[in-house]
Amino acid sequence: MGLLDTILGRSKPVKPDLDDLFALPSAAVTLQAAGNLRPTGVGSVCVKPAEGGGFAGLREQINQLLAMDGGKYDETTDGFGFTWIVRRGDPNDLSGLVADLHGVNATLSDAGFGPSLLCTLVTFTDGQLPTVGLVYLYKRGTWYPFAPTGPDKRDNARELQVRAYLGDELKVEPDLSRWFPVWGAPGL
Amino acid sequence: MATSRNRFRSDPQLVARMGVTMFLIGALYVGVVAALIVSGLNIAFVLVIAAVLLFVQYYFSDKMALYGMGGRIVTPEEAPELHGIVDRLCALSDMPKPRVAIADTDIPNAFATGRNPKHAVVCATTGIMRRLDSQELEGVLSHELSHVAHRDVAVMTFASFLGMAAGLFTRMALYSGFFFGGGDDEDNNNGAAAFFLVLLVSMVVYAISFLLTRTLSRYRELSADRSGALLTGRPSALASALQKVTGDMARIPTRDLRAAEPFNAFFFTPALANGVSISSLFSTHPSLEKRLAQLAKISAELGQPV
Repeated sequence: MGLLDTILGRSKPVKPDLDDLFALPSAAVTLQAAGNLRPTGVGSVCVKPAEGGGFAGLREQINQLLAMDGGKYDETTDGFGFTWIVRRGDPNDLSGLVADLHGVNATLSDAGFGPSLLCTLVTFTDGQLPTVGLVYLYKRGTWYPFAPTGPDKRDNARELQVRAYLGDELKVEPDLSRWFPVWGAPGL
Repeated sequence: MATSRNRFRSDPQLVARMGVTMFLIGALYVGVVAALIVSGLNIAFVLVIAAVLLFVQYYFSDKMALYGMGGRIVTPEEAPELHGIVDRLCALSDMPKPRVAIADTDIPNAFATGRNPKHAVVCATTGIMRRLDSQELEGVLSHELSHVAHRDVAVMTFASFLGMAAGLFTRMALYSGFFFGGGDDEDNNNGAAAFFLVLLVSMVVYAISFLLTRTLSRYRELSADRSGALLTGRPSALASALQKVTGDMARIPTRDLRAAEPFNAFFFTPALANGVSISSLFSTHPSLEKRLAQLAKISAELGQPV
């Protein structure tokens, strides 16, 4: 925020940065090789629903979009009032999943609801330990791992391990205080 | 009948008294400074002292406000819901996460303070968390986070410093006129007259800066309402929180209110209910009607189809 905006008390909504979403498929290969973590085929987009007719109309549009694809999508609302648009697909088709998620994001963003986008989440599993999520923060264009082990508990060691696996493949959020938990996210 | 109708209305006399009190506190400060100058201290030196005092207030604003309200920093494990809301709002608005505190008091309120977004703290009272649902609490917290994003502590500190400096420079100008323009043969009489005149003029300057600072504060509250509502996309949740909280505020026993007064500047709603014309000039927060009207406008804007 610029000095003038500070003085005048205006803050502008932050525009989302969707570019780095497509780096995920290649990073997933690394993740599987290094940590035996495979995609579960579940991905979701989290959005803060605004009130009013504008957003309701958009939601209608999303629902139509979702209905076209043979019920692979569904929609849940979490305890914080955020809407998750969930896509469940083939675990081996991560590129398809990412493309679909990007489609949802782009639709929302083009309709002017970019500032309402919270994150995109894609989940991974190694078959034994609990599922790990990779969270994409639109506002920063960065990723971070999230490994919940129970209600309000997360496995920080495992998250740091996943970050080490990813190395330079993904733009990982450098500021650890921004690795905010998404408790109760679908697929985790 | 008449008493029951009056019970929940604000007391105009009380509000006026409070306005006068706040004015007098400032006037006292000005008087002290004037006395310091008359006693021969260098104006630059006094200005430096004033600046240092305000800087300390600004630099330690987070600690002072927390201490004053009895707020306690809480970990995500202790307050998962509060942390969850703040986490998400920060991710939405791309700002660093402030520390989160809870004050154990039944006054329904919340405040944010700190010299910059990195050293900010957001505090909610147990009273506000008990009364509001999570959507409303989110609205309140996004209002507070907007204060942090707008750096209101810095702006308001700077504004009050300017007000003070204006008063000091007025005195300086008057003194140089009196002491260098006039003769110094009848210095006793002249000195006393000069002192009172200087006092009078600096009071007027102070009064103007007082009103301006208050106006600025109200404007910034409206800005924070607006940014907060746009961030959550739910102006009506903030509006209903405001209604609940201001309605409740008037019913709180006076002792608690007095304890809360010094921190009004960074509160979500001031600890005293206002609504009388004189108070609208003196108050740090805009009237409830004004805030609700703005939120309703934002709500209508959001309702427009895309």
